[in-house]
Amino acid sequence: MDNIIEVKNVTMKFNMAKEKVDSLKEYFIKLVKKQLMFDEFIALENISFNVKRGDVFGIVGLNGSGKSTLLKIISRILKPTSGSVICNGSVSPLIELGAGFDIDLTARENIFLNGSVLGYTKKQMSDKFDEIVEFSELQDFLDVPIKNFSSGMVARLGFSIATITKPDILIVDEILSVGDFLFQQKCEKRIEDLMSDGTTVLMVSHSLNQIRQLCKNVLWLEKGHMKMIGGVQEVCDAYENNA
Amino acid sequence: MNKYLVNFYHYVHLLQNLIVRDLKVKYRRSVLGFLWSILNPLLMMLVITAVFQNIFRMNIDNFPIYYLTGSLIFNFMSEATSLAMTSVLSSASLIKKVYIPKYIFPLEKCLFAFVNMLFSSVAVIIMFFVLHYKITWMALLFFVPMIFTLIFSIGLGLILSAADVFFRDIGHLYSVWITAWMYLTPVIYPMETLTAGMKNIMKFNPMFYYVDYFRQVVMYNNIPGLNFNLICFAFSFAFLFLGLLIFKLKQDKFILYI
Repeated sequence: MDNIIEVKNVTMKFNMAKEKVDSLKEYFIKLVKKQLMFDEFIALENISFNVKRGDVFGIVGLNGSGKSTLLKIISRILKPTSGSVICNGSVSPLIELGAGFDIDLTARENIFLNGSVLGYTKKQMSDKFDEIVEFSELQDFLDVPIKNFSSGMVARLGFSIATITKPDILIVDEILSVGDFLFQQKCEKRIEDLMSDGTTVLMVSHSLNQIRQLCKNVLWLEKGHMKMIGGVQEVCDAYENNA
Repeated sequence: MNKYLVNFYHYVHLLQNLIVRDLKVKYRRSVLGFLWSILNPLLMMLVITAVFQNIFRMNIDNFPIYYLTGSLIFNFMSEATSLAMTSVLSSASLIKKVYIPKYIFPLEKCLFAFVNMLFSSVAVIIMFFVLHYKITWMALLFFVPMIFTLIFSIGLGLILSAADVFFRDIGHLYSVWITAWMYLTPVIYPMETLTAGMKNIMKFNPMFYYVDYFRQVVMYNNIPGLNFNLICFAFSFAFLFLGLLIFKLKQDKFILYI
Protein backbone atom coordinates (compact mmCIF):
# COMPACT_ATOMS: atom_id res chain seq x y z
CA MET A 1 0.00 0.00 0.00
CA ASP A 2 1.20 3.53 -0.72
CA ASN A 3 1.85 6.26 1.78
CA ILE A 4 -0.79 8.95 1.93
CA ILE A 5 0.96 11.10 4.51
CA GLU A 6 4.73 11.38 4.68
CA VAL A 7 6.18 13.33 7.57
CA LYS A 8 9.94 13.85 7.23
CA ASN A 9 12.20 15.24 9.96
CA VAL A 10 9.64 17.76 11.14
CA THR A 11 10.87 20.16 13.80
CA MET A 12 8.76 22.95 15.19
CA LYS A 13 10.25 25.70 17.32
CA PHE A 14 8.30 28.49 18.93
CA ASN A 15 9.72 31.73 20.19
CA MET A 16 8.44 31.98 23.71
CA ALA A 17 8.70 35.67 24.33
CA LYS A 18 8.72 36.22 28.08
CA GLU A 19 6.45 39.16 27.59
CA LYS A 20 4.72 39.83 24.38
CA VAL A 21 6.28 42.71 22.47
CA ASP A 22 3.64 44.05 20.20
CA SER A 23 4.02 47.75 20.20
CA LEU A 24 6.59 49.66 18.23
CA LYS A 25 7.87 51.57 21.23
CA GLU A 26 8.56 48.45 23.24
CA TYR A 27 10.15 46.85 20.21
CA PHE A 28 12.66 49.64 19.70
CA ILE A 29 13.42 50.00 23.38
CA LYS A 30 14.12 46.31 23.60
CA LEU A 31 16.06 46.40 20.37
CA VAL A 32 18.30 49.15 21.68
CA LYS A 33 18.74 47.47 25.04
CA LYS A 34 19.38 44.19 23.20
CA GLN A 35 16.71 42.50 25.22
CA LEU A 36 14.98 41.05 22.23
CA MET A 37 15.82 37.56 23.30
CA PHE A 38 13.42 34.76 23.12
CA ASP A 39 13.37 31.47 24.87
CA GLU A 40 13.16 28.86 22.25
CA PHE A 41 10.60 26.21 22.87
CA ILE A 42 10.86 23.05 20.86
CA ALA A 43 7.38 21.66 20.39
CA LEU A 44 8.39 18.89 18.04
CA GLU A 45 11.81 17.54 17.22
CA ASN A 46 12.70 15.35 14.30
CA ILE A 47 9.42 13.62 13.75
CA SER A 48 9.27 11.21 10.83
CA PHE A 49 6.60 8.69 10.02
CA ASN A 50 4.38 7.54 7.20
CA VAL A 51 0.69 6.78 7.20
CA LYS A 52 -0.64 4.31 4.69
CA ARG A 53 -3.79 4.84 2.67
CA GLY A 54 -6.87 3.62 4.49
CA ASP A 55 -5.14 3.45 7.87
CA VAL A 56 -6.65 4.74 11.06
CA PHE A 57 -3.73 6.35 12.81
CA GLY A 58 -3.89 7.46 16.42
CA ILE A 59 -1.61 9.84 18.29
CA VAL A 60 -1.36 9.60 22.05
CA GLY A 61 0.62 11.56 24.60
CA LEU A 62 0.24 13.69 27.69
CA ASN A 63 -0.79 17.31 27.58
CA GLY A 64 1.86 19.45 25.91
CA SER A 65 3.50 16.58 24.09
CA GLY A 66 2.91 18.23 20.71
CA LYS A 67 -0.05 16.23 19.42
CA SER A 68 -2.16 19.16 18.32
CA THR A 69 0.86 20.97 16.91
CA LEU A 70 1.58 17.94 14.76
CA LEU A 71 -2.00 17.80 13.50
CA LYS A 72 -1.89 21.50 12.69
CA ILE A 73 1.31 21.03 10.72
CA ILE A 74 -0.20 18.17 8.75
CA SER A 75 -3.29 20.23 7.95
CA ARG A 76 -1.07 23.15 6.78
CA ILE A 77 -2.25 25.57 9.45
CA LEU A 78 1.28 25.81 10.85
CA LYS A 79 4.42 25.67 8.82
CA PRO A 80 7.20 23.58 10.39
CA THR A 81 10.52 25.26 11.22
CA SER A 82 12.26 22.53 9.28
CA GLY A 83 11.30 19.31 7.61
CA SER A 84 8.43 18.59 5.30
CA VAL A 85 5.00 17.03 5.17
CA ILE A 86 3.54 15.56 2.02
CA CYS A 87 -0.16 14.74 1.83
CA ASN A 88 -1.34 12.90 -1.25
CA GLY A 89 -4.98 13.79 -1.13
CA SER A 90 -7.57 16.21 0.20
CA VAL A 91 -7.39 16.95 3.90
CA SER A 92 -10.41 17.77 6.02
CA PRO A 93 -9.40 19.02 9.45
CA LEU A 94 -11.85 18.62 12.30
CA ILE A 95 -9.59 20.52 14.63
CA GLU A 96 -12.20 22.78 15.99
CA LEU A 97 -15.77 22.65 14.81
CA GLY A 98 -17.47 25.63 13.30
CA ALA A 99 -14.32 27.54 12.41
CA GLY A 100 -15.45 30.48 10.35
CA PHE A 101 -19.02 30.67 11.55
CA ASP A 102 -20.32 34.21 11.65
CA ILE A 103 -22.58 34.52 14.64
CA ASP A 104 -24.71 37.22 13.03
CA LEU A 105 -25.67 35.04 10.10
CA THR A 106 -28.33 32.35 10.08
CA ALA A 107 -27.59 28.64 10.08
CA ARG A 108 -28.51 28.45 6.39
CA GLU A 109 -26.05 31.19 5.45
CA ASN A 110 -23.38 29.72 7.68
CA ILE A 111 -23.62 26.32 6.02
CA PHE A 112 -22.61 27.88 2.71
CA LEU A 113 -19.97 30.11 4.27
CA ASN A 114 -18.38 27.33 6.28
CA GLY A 115 -18.52 24.99 3.30
CA SER A 116 -16.46 27.42 1.26
CA VAL A 117 -14.04 27.92 4.15
CA LEU A 118 -13.42 24.19 4.05
CA GLY A 119 -12.85 24.43 0.31
CA TYR A 120 -16.04 22.86 -1.05
CA THR A 121 -17.46 24.13 -4.32
CA LYS A 122 -20.82 25.83 -4.66
CA LYS A 123 -22.28 22.82 -6.43
CA GLN A 124 -21.11 20.38 -3.75
CA MET A 125 -22.77 22.56 -1.15
CA SER A 126 -26.13 22.89 -2.88
CA ASP A 127 -26.16 19.16 -3.54
CA LYS A 128 -25.40 18.27 0.04
CA PHE A 129 -27.39 20.99 1.75
CA ASP A 130 -30.38 18.83 2.69
CA GLU A 131 -28.12 16.06 3.90
CA ILE A 132 -26.26 18.49 6.18
CA VAL A 133 -29.48 19.85 7.64
CA GLU A 134 -30.87 16.41 8.19
CA PHE A 135 -27.76 15.11 9.91
CA SER A 136 -27.51 18.11 12.22
CA GLU A 137 -31.23 17.83 13.11
CA LEU A 138 -31.58 21.61 13.00
CA GLN A 139 -34.43 21.84 10.48
CA ASP A 140 -36.48 24.13 12.72
CA PHE A 141 -33.63 26.58 13.30
CA LEU A 142 -32.35 27.12 9.78
CA ASP A 143 -33.21 30.82 9.67
CA VAL A 144 -32.12 31.67 13.19
CA PRO A 145 -28.82 33.57 13.60
CA ILE A 146 -26.44 31.18 15.24
CA LYS A 147 -25.64 33.61 18.04
CA ASN A 148 -28.88 32.30 19.50
CA PHE A 149 -27.73 28.68 19.25
CA SER A 150 -26.52 26.61 22.16
CA SER A 151 -22.92 25.43 21.96
CA GLY A 152 -24.11 21.89 21.33
CA MET A 153 -26.14 23.03 18.35
CA VAL A 154 -23.18 24.92 16.91
CA ALA A 155 -20.94 21.88 17.29
CA ARG A 156 -23.54 19.65 15.64
CA LEU A 157 -23.79 21.98 12.69
CA GLY A 158 -20.00 22.19 12.41
CA PHE A 159 -19.58 18.43 12.48
CA SER A 160 -22.28 17.91 9.88
CA ILE A 161 -20.66 20.31 7.44
CA ALA A 162 -17.11 19.09 7.96
CA THR A 163 -17.89 15.44 7.32
CA ILE A 164 -20.34 15.80 4.48
CA THR A 165 -17.96 15.07 1.64
CA LYS A 166 -15.59 12.18 1.64
CA PRO A 167 -12.07 13.56 2.15
CA ASP A 168 -9.00 11.42 1.52
CA ILE A 169 -7.64 12.32 4.94
CA LEU A 170 -9.72 13.20 7.97
CA ILE A 171 -7.97 14.82 10.90
CA VAL A 172 -9.78 14.51 14.19
CA ASP A 173 -8.68 16.29 17.35
CA GLU A 174 -10.73 15.33 20.39
CA ILE A 175 -14.01 16.22 18.86
CA LEU A 176 -15.98 13.06 19.40
CA SER A 177 -17.35 14.63 22.53
CA VAL A 178 -19.89 16.94 20.94
CA GLY A 179 -23.54 17.04 21.83
CA ASP A 180 -25.58 14.52 23.77
CA PHE A 181 -24.81 10.79 23.76
CA LEU A 182 -27.19 10.11 20.89
CA PHE A 183 -25.42 12.58 18.67
CA GLN A 184 -22.04 11.22 19.78
CA GLN A 185 -23.08 7.79 18.61
CA LYS A 186 -24.14 9.31 15.33
CA CYS A 187 -20.75 11.02 14.96
CA GLU A 188 -18.88 7.82 15.68
CA LYS A 189 -20.99 6.02 13.13
CA ARG A 190 -20.30 8.71 10.53
CA ILE A 191 -16.57 8.41 11.14
CA GLU A 192 -16.73 4.63 10.92
CA ASP A 193 -18.62 4.95 7.63
CA LEU A 194 -15.93 7.22 6.27
CA MET A 195 -13.23 4.79 7.38
CA SER A 196 -14.88 1.82 5.73
CA ASP A 197 -15.07 3.95 2.59
CA GLY A 198 -11.29 4.14 2.49
CA THR A 199 -10.72 7.52 4.14
CA THR A 200 -7.50 7.73 6.08
CA VAL A 201 -8.09 9.01 9.59
CA LEU A 202 -5.61 10.71 11.85
CA MET A 203 -6.90 11.13 15.37
CA VAL A 204 -5.85 12.48 18.72
CA SER A 205 -7.69 11.39 21.80
CA HIS A 206 -7.14 11.13 25.50
CA SER A 207 -9.57 8.26 25.64
CA LEU A 208 -7.50 5.13 25.20
CA ASN A 209 -10.67 3.10 24.83
CA GLN A 210 -11.59 5.11 21.78
CA ILE A 211 -8.10 4.69 20.35
CA ARG A 212 -8.11 0.96 20.93
CA GLN A 213 -11.54 0.68 19.41
CA LEU A 214 -10.87 2.67 16.24
CA CYS A 215 -7.17 2.78 15.43
CA LYS A 216 -4.83 0.31 13.81
CA ASN A 217 -1.51 2.08 14.32
CA VAL A 218 -0.51 4.50 17.01
CA LEU A 219 2.25 7.04 17.56
CA TRP A 220 3.22 7.96 21.11
CA LEU A 221 4.65 11.42 21.56
CA GLU A 222 6.48 12.52 24.66
CA LYS A 223 7.61 16.13 25.01
CA GLY A 224 7.93 16.55 21.28
CA HIS A 225 9.85 13.35 20.67
CA MET A 226 8.68 10.12 19.16
CA LYS A 227 8.61 7.63 21.98
CA MET A 228 7.11 4.69 20.19
CA ILE A 229 5.28 3.86 17.01
CA GLY A 230 3.57 0.61 16.08
CA GLY A 231 0.45 -1.48 16.38
CA VAL A 232 -2.33 -0.21 18.59
CA GLN A 233 -2.07 -3.00 21.15
CA GLU A 234 1.60 -2.72 22.07
CA VAL A 235 1.79 1.08 22.01
CA CYS A 236 -1.35 1.53 24.10
CA ASP A 237 -0.17 -1.05 26.63
CA ALA A 238 3.23 0.58 26.92
CA TYR A 239 1.66 4.02 27.20
CA GLU A 240 -0.70 2.92 29.94
CA ASN A 241 2.05 1.29 31.95
CA ASN A 242 4.43 4.19 31.57
CA ALA A 243 2.36 7.30 31.77
CA MET B 1 3.13 31.03 -10.67
CA ASN B 2 0.69 28.52 -12.10
CA LYS B 3 0.51 26.77 -8.74
CA TYR B 4 -0.62 30.02 -7.08
CA LEU B 5 -3.29 30.66 -9.68
CA VAL B 6 -4.75 27.17 -9.31
CA ASN B 7 -4.80 27.58 -5.54
CA PHE B 8 -6.42 31.01 -5.90
CA TYR B 9 -9.08 29.64 -8.23
CA HIS B 10 -9.91 27.05 -5.60
CA TYR B 11 -10.75 29.84 -3.13
CA VAL B 12 -12.66 32.22 -5.43
CA HIS B 13 -15.89 30.75 -4.13
CA LEU B 14 -14.83 31.51 -0.56
CA LEU B 15 -13.95 35.06 -1.60
CA GLN B 16 -17.46 35.55 -3.00
CA ASN B 17 -19.07 34.12 0.10
CA LEU B 18 -17.03 36.34 2.41
CA ILE B 19 -17.99 39.45 0.46
CA VAL B 20 -21.66 38.46 0.56
CA ARG B 21 -21.32 37.85 4.29
CA ASP B 22 -19.84 41.31 4.87
CA LEU B 23 -22.59 42.94 2.85
CA LYS B 24 -25.28 41.05 4.72
CA VAL B 25 -23.81 41.85 8.11
CA LYS B 26 -23.38 45.51 7.18
CA TYR B 27 -26.99 46.08 6.22
CA ARG B 28 -28.67 43.65 8.57
CA ARG B 29 -31.38 45.23 10.72
CA SER B 30 -31.33 48.60 9.00
CA VAL B 31 -34.61 49.57 7.39
CA LEU B 32 -33.09 51.28 4.37
CA GLY B 33 -30.42 48.62 3.91
CA PHE B 34 -27.99 49.26 1.10
CA LEU B 35 -29.67 52.59 0.31
CA TRP B 36 -27.47 53.91 3.09
CA SER B 37 -24.47 53.52 0.80
CA ILE B 38 -26.12 56.10 -1.49
CA LEU B 39 -27.68 58.29 1.17
CA ASN B 40 -24.58 58.57 3.30
CA PRO B 41 -22.40 60.30 0.68
CA LEU B 42 -25.32 62.54 -0.30
CA LEU B 43 -25.89 63.68 3.28
CA MET B 44 -22.17 64.13 3.79
CA MET B 45 -22.09 66.22 0.63
CA LEU B 46 -24.83 68.48 1.99
CA VAL B 47 -22.86 69.09 5.16
CA ILE B 48 -19.55 69.74 3.41
CA THR B 49 -21.17 71.96 0.79
CA ALA B 50 -22.93 73.99 3.44
CA VAL B 51 -19.73 74.44 5.44
CA PHE B 52 -17.31 75.18 2.63
CA GLN B 53 -19.49 77.29 0.39
CA ASN B 54 -21.18 79.36 3.08
CA ILE B 55 -18.63 79.58 5.85
CA PHE B 56 -15.30 79.33 4.05
CA ARG B 57 -16.63 80.91 0.83
CA MET B 58 -14.89 78.48 -1.46
CA ASN B 59 -15.58 79.04 -5.13
CA ILE B 60 -15.57 75.94 -7.23
CA ASP B 61 -17.99 75.29 -10.05
CA ASN B 62 -20.35 72.46 -9.20
CA PHE B 63 -18.86 72.05 -5.75
CA PRO B 64 -21.27 69.24 -4.71
CA ILE B 65 -20.12 67.09 -7.62
CA TYR B 66 -16.49 68.11 -7.14
CA TYR B 67 -16.61 66.96 -3.54
CA LEU B 68 -18.65 63.84 -4.26
CA THR B 69 -16.33 62.54 -6.98
CA GLY B 70 -13.23 63.19 -4.88
CA SER B 71 -14.62 61.65 -1.74
CA LEU B 72 -15.92 58.60 -3.61
CA ILE B 73 -12.42 57.59 -4.66
CA PHE B 74 -10.70 58.69 -1.48
CA ASN B 75 -13.20 57.09 0.89
CA PHE B 76 -13.01 53.87 -1.07
CA MET B 77 -9.25 53.71 -0.56
CA SER B 78 -9.63 54.71 3.08
CA GLU B 79 -12.28 52.06 3.80
CA ALA B 80 -10.47 49.34 1.86
CA THR B 81 -7.10 49.85 3.53
CA SER B 82 -8.50 50.36 7.05
CA LEU B 83 -10.56 47.18 6.84
CA ALA B 84 -7.73 45.25 5.20
CA MET B 85 -5.36 46.35 7.96
CA THR B 86 -7.35 44.59 10.70
CA SER B 87 -8.50 41.72 8.48
CA VAL B 88 -5.79 39.25 9.39
CA LEU B 89 -6.04 39.94 13.12
CA SER B 90 -9.81 39.71 13.17
CA SER B 91 -9.74 36.43 11.28
CA ALA B 92 -7.42 34.94 13.90
CA SER B 93 -9.94 32.30 14.93
CA LEU B 94 -10.19 31.09 11.36
CA ILE B 95 -6.47 31.17 10.61
CA LYS B 96 -5.75 29.06 13.68
CA LYS B 97 -8.16 26.34 12.68
CA VAL B 98 -8.23 25.87 8.93
CA TYR B 99 -5.77 26.32 6.12
CA ILE B 100 -6.79 29.25 3.94
CA PRO B 101 -4.35 31.32 1.91
CA LYS B 102 -4.03 34.33 4.20
CA TYR B 103 -3.97 36.99 1.52
CA ILE B 104 -7.66 36.16 0.97
CA PHE B 105 -8.55 38.30 4.01
CA PRO B 106 -7.09 41.71 3.02
CA LEU B 107 -8.06 41.03 -0.60
CA GLU B 108 -11.65 40.32 0.41
CA LYS B 109 -11.92 43.57 2.40
CA CYS B 110 -10.66 45.60 -0.55
CA LEU B 111 -13.17 43.97 -2.88
CA PHE B 112 -15.93 44.50 -0.32
CA ALA B 113 -15.06 48.21 -0.18
CA PHE B 114 -15.03 48.23 -3.98
CA VAL B 115 -18.61 46.89 -4.08
CA ASN B 116 -19.60 49.55 -1.55
CA MET B 117 -18.07 52.22 -3.75
CA LEU B 118 -20.08 50.97 -6.72
CA PHE B 119 -23.25 51.38 -4.65
CA SER B 120 -22.14 54.86 -3.59
CA SER B 121 -21.38 55.93 -7.15
CA VAL B 122 -25.15 55.94 -7.70
CA ALA B 123 -25.07 59.08 -5.55
CA VAL B 124 -22.84 60.77 -8.14
CA ILE B 125 -25.25 59.83 -10.92
CA ILE B 126 -28.17 61.20 -8.91
CA MET B 127 -26.36 64.53 -8.46
CA PHE B 128 -25.64 64.73 -12.20
CA PHE B 129 -29.38 64.64 -12.79
CA VAL B 130 -30.31 66.93 -9.93
CA LEU B 131 -27.86 69.63 -11.04
CA HIS B 132 -28.51 69.04 -14.77
CA TYR B 133 -24.81 68.49 -15.21
CA LYS B 134 -23.83 67.59 -18.76
CA ILE B 135 -21.93 64.33 -18.98
CA THR B 136 -20.50 62.76 -22.12
CA TRP B 137 -19.56 59.28 -23.23
CA MET B 138 -16.12 59.94 -21.77
CA ALA B 139 -17.61 59.31 -18.34
CA LEU B 140 -17.84 55.63 -19.24
CA LEU B 141 -14.11 55.44 -18.54
CA PHE B 142 -14.94 55.88 -14.85
CA PHE B 143 -13.82 52.33 -14.10
CA VAL B 144 -10.17 52.97 -15.06
CA PRO B 145 -9.25 55.15 -12.04
CA MET B 146 -11.37 52.87 -9.85
CA ILE B 147 -9.33 49.83 -10.90
CA PHE B 148 -6.07 51.72 -10.37
CA THR B 149 -7.22 52.68 -6.87
CA LEU B 150 -8.31 49.10 -6.17
CA ILE B 151 -4.91 47.67 -7.11
CA PHE B 152 -3.14 50.34 -5.06
CA SER B 153 -5.41 49.64 -2.06
CA ILE B 154 -4.81 45.89 -2.26
CA GLY B 155 -1.06 46.51 -2.19
CA LEU B 156 -1.22 48.95 0.70
CA GLY B 157 -3.77 46.73 2.49
CA LEU B 158 -1.42 43.74 2.30
CA ILE B 159 1.43 45.78 3.79
CA LEU B 160 -0.75 47.19 6.58
CA SER B 161 -2.36 43.87 7.47
CA ALA B 162 1.04 42.23 7.81
CA ALA B 163 2.41 45.13 9.85
CA ASP B 164 -0.61 45.26 12.14
CA VAL B 165 -0.07 41.63 13.19
CA PHE B 166 3.33 42.47 14.65
CA PHE B 167 2.74 46.03 15.82
CA ARG B 168 -0.74 46.95 16.95
CA ASP B 169 0.27 50.63 17.06
CA ILE B 170 -0.17 50.79 13.32
CA GLY B 171 -3.91 50.68 13.82
CA HIS B 172 -3.99 53.74 16.04
CA LEU B 173 -1.59 55.67 13.88
CA TYR B 174 -3.32 54.89 10.64
CA SER B 175 -6.61 56.61 11.44
CA VAL B 176 -4.69 59.83 12.07
CA TRP B 177 -2.68 59.35 8.91
CA ILE B 178 -5.87 58.84 6.87
CA THR B 179 -7.22 62.20 8.06
CA ALA B 180 -3.95 63.91 7.22
CA TRP B 181 -3.88 62.17 3.88
CA MET B 182 -7.37 63.37 3.07
CA TYR B 183 -6.31 66.97 3.58
CA LEU B 184 -3.17 66.31 1.54
CA THR B 185 -5.36 65.26 -1.37
CA PRO B 186 -7.55 67.77 -3.22
CA VAL B 187 -10.83 66.23 -2.13
CA ILE B 188 -12.46 69.35 -0.71
CA TYR B 189 -10.27 72.16 -2.01
CA PRO B 190 -9.25 72.85 -5.61
CA MET B 191 -5.75 72.09 -6.84
CA GLU B 192 -5.25 75.75 -7.83
CA THR B 193 -5.27 77.00 -4.24
CA LEU B 194 -2.08 75.09 -3.48
CA THR B 195 1.30 76.78 -3.31
CA ALA B 196 4.03 75.68 -5.68
CA GLY B 197 5.73 73.78 -2.88
CA MET B 198 2.59 71.88 -2.06
CA LYS B 199 2.06 71.06 -5.71
CA ASN B 200 5.48 69.43 -5.75
CA ILE B 201 4.62 67.32 -2.74
CA MET B 202 1.44 66.30 -4.51
CA LYS B 203 3.53 64.54 -7.13
CA PHE B 204 4.30 61.84 -4.60
CA ASN B 205 0.72 61.33 -3.55
CA PRO B 206 -0.84 58.47 -5.51
CA MET B 207 -4.31 59.45 -4.34
CA PHE B 208 -3.93 62.82 -6.04
CA TYR B 209 -3.58 61.08 -9.41
CA TYR B 210 -6.49 58.71 -8.92
CA VAL B 211 -8.86 61.42 -7.70
CA ASP B 212 -7.80 63.72 -10.51
CA TYR B 213 -8.14 60.94 -13.10
CA PHE B 214 -11.68 60.22 -11.95
CA ARG B 215 -12.69 63.87 -12.14
CA GLN B 216 -11.05 64.32 -15.54
CA VAL B 217 -13.10 61.58 -17.17
CA VAL B 218 -16.35 62.02 -15.25
CA MET B 219 -16.56 65.80 -14.87
CA TYR B 220 -14.27 67.43 -17.43
CA ASN B 221 -14.52 65.09 -20.42
CA ASN B 222 -10.76 64.70 -20.61
CA ILE B 223 -8.77 61.57 -21.14
CA PRO B 224 -5.50 61.88 -19.22
CA GLY B 225 -2.43 61.42 -21.38
CA LEU B 226 -0.08 58.48 -21.58
CA ASN B 227 2.32 59.90 -19.01
CA PHE B 228 -0.43 60.33 -16.46
CA ASN B 229 -1.63 56.78 -17.08
CA LEU B 230 1.88 55.42 -16.69
CA ILE B 231 2.29 57.18 -13.35
CA CYS B 232 -1.00 55.71 -12.08
CA PHE B 233 0.03 52.29 -13.36
CA ALA B 234 3.44 52.54 -11.72
CA PHE B 235 2.06 53.57 -8.31
CA SER B 236 -0.59 50.83 -8.34
CA PHE B 237 1.63 47.98 -9.35
CA ALA B 238 4.63 49.08 -7.30
CA PHE B 239 2.46 48.93 -4.19
CA LEU B 240 0.85 45.66 -5.24
CA PHE B 241 4.25 44.09 -5.82
CA LEU B 242 5.66 45.43 -2.55
CA GLY B 243 2.54 44.28 -0.68
CA LEU B 244 2.68 40.76 -2.08
CA LEU B 245 6.38 40.53 -1.32
CA ILE B 246 6.09 41.68 2.31
CA PHE B 247 3.01 39.56 2.90
CA LYS B 248 4.62 36.46 1.45
CA LEU B 249 7.75 36.89 3.53
CA LYS B 250 5.86 37.38 6.78
CA GLN B 251 2.73 35.25 6.46
CA ASP B 252 4.08 32.08 8.06
CA LYS B 253 4.85 34.00 11.24
CA PHE B 254 1.34 35.45 11.60
CA ILE B 255 -0.04 32.50 13.48
CA LEU B 256 2.52 32.94 16.26
CA TYR B 257 1.40 36.51 16.94
CA ILE B 258 -2.37 36.44 16.56
